[in-house]
Amino acid sequence: MDPISTLITVAVSILAALLALFAASQAHDSIFFIHMLVFALAFGLMALTLVRKCNFAGGDGRSVAAEDTYCDTIVRYGVIAIAFWGVVGFAVGVLIAFQLAFPNLNFDLPWTNFGRLRPLHTSAVIFAFGGNALIATSFYIVQRTCRVRLSLEPLAWFVFWGYQLFIVLAATGYVLGATQGKEYAEPEWYVDLWLTVVWVAYLLVFLVTLMRRKEPHIYVANWFLLAFIVTVALLHVVNGLAVPVSLYSSTSYAAFSGVQSALVQWWYAHNAVGFFLTAGFLGMMYYFIPKQANRPVYSYRLSIVHFWAIIFLYMWAGPHHLHYTALPDWAQTLGMVFSVMLWMPSWGGMINGLMTLSGAWDKLRTDPILRFFVASVAFYGMATFEGPLMSIKAVNGLSHYTDWTIGHVHSGALGWNALITFGALYFLTPKLWGAKQMYSNRLINWHFWIAMLGICIYAASMWVSGITQGLMWREYNAEGFLVYSFAETVLILHPFYVLRAVGGLLFLFGALLMVYNMWKTIRGEREVDQPISQVITVGA
Amino acid sequence: METYTLMRQFADSWGLLYLVVVFIAVVIFAFRPGSKKYYSEQAQIPLKEEQNKDD
Repeated sequence: MDPISTLITVAVSILAALLALFAASQAHDSIFFIHMLVFALAFGLMALTLVRKCNFAGGDGRSVAAEDTYCDTIVRYGVIAIAFWGVVGFAVGVLIAFQLAFPNLNFDLPWTNFGRLRPLHTSAVIFAFGGNALIATSFYIVQRTCRVRLSLEPLAWFVFWGYQLFIVLAATGYVLGATQGKEYAEPEWYVDLWLTVVWVAYLLVFLVTLMRRKEPHIYVANWFLLAFIVTVALLHVVNGLAVPVSLYSSTSYAAFSGVQSALVQWWYAHNAVGFFLTAGFLGMMYYFIPKQANRPVYSYRLSIVHFWAIIFLYMWAGPHHLHYTALPDWAQTLGMVFSVMLWMPSWGGMINGLMTLSGAWDKLRTDPILRFFVASVAFYGMATFEGPLMSIKAVNGLSHYTDWTIGHVHSGALGWNALITFGALYFLTPKLWGAKQMYSNRLINWHFWIAMLGICIYAASMWVSGITQGLMWREYNAEGFLVYSFAETVLILHPFYVLRAVGGLLFLFGALLMVYNMWKTIRGEREVDQPISQVITVGA
Repeated sequence: METYTLMRQFADSWGLLYLVVVFIAVVIFAFRPGSKKYYSEQAQIPLKEEQNKDD
């Protein structure tokens, strides 16, 4: 940035820091006080960094790196953020899985209670790990496929750091007890407002880069990514509508009440799955699979139909979360029908991803990174088969409120979202730090199989426990009384809860192997491959 | 008429028709004559990119 716009931005951020300090002085509760101090600190750091980075001596303020074709520094930061938040999110997940099996691990403290750590886990994996994956890869993909450097670079940096600030505010808020009680949208009103500002900036950066593209056609990955950004903005704003108790309080009340509130919540949450975890990640699929396989996507026309079918159908599937509730019957049926119709675009997309490898399947044998991508698309297919099945009212009557749902979510989240992100990290790390390849292919292989084992243990144990739970809950005796008390189901489920935690632990261990591998790659090291013959000689 | 009934009736008649027509138009457009050649060229976009100097 040039000195004048730097000075203006610095002035604005100092003003914002002062405002935050003032708000802290007026705070009605300790959470608001702490969060306003965090805001003040963040804005102060922003002002300081801007002053230090600016070249006041003259010139156009461009650094040497700006002469590169693409802006990759921000993607490098993103890659580290993905790995960091991934490990944090998985670790909290493992902890709460063990809490469910061994309640003593709640430690009888408010901050470590399952109720507070559960949103910390979901937000850390979905928004911190997944969100950083989407932001970083979208910045990478949009530059390469438009053959243009990222536009509005300072704003892109604001998006990156602003998003990290959102994560810190959300996470600390949960632990301290601030929540709107809306699933996957727990942060309080001022954090929601902050995310809105960051998200609009993200949309601007992405749109302006698209508009300045040198490639006449907008590659399909960017369509999915743009749909993800636009829809998440819409979902977040509508679902977040709330009235704060006071401008200086961390408590607010939702604008909707009763069944309307429930419907808005699940319209939001299901589309968070549909557009955040699906459309956005499909954007990654349409870029990384062709790149890693070095083949164009199987059918570009199918990808266009895939895109529009997903866009038209997903919006209506939310009510399937509210079967047999006060929601009007027609709305429940609508949600079910649209969910079942989603089978078509989901499988169309999966086939498109997998068939990209047709004629090159042998690459799977030698390329562990490609294996991550292919396995993730296979899990996408399985999870999107299971989802519509569970949205059918008769099936939902058994599966709803049970662990089957948890198993389903995790086969999608661990199998599809996390595996494709791991693949993207293995793809990006060597490229971004100028290495030929990852430090160790052997470790990638280990990571793959450990993660796979973890997912299988997780999903299988949750299937068994979910169906057990569902069947026990609905068991009536001849007199029409329930056969089992709730505590009896808990007792039976205990071994599966332990198994689930073990599955999660394996998944976390795999991710740690990846972090070690990335660390070594970034340091520029390369593992020496042992020739097979030598191994045999040693063995003999 | 109540707002709820009004909006519901609009959604399950004209709204539904509009979305279906747009979707069918998109599919027809995607499969228009000559699109196969055009789109298979566009599918090459990720494979022909320039790299950063240090890539």
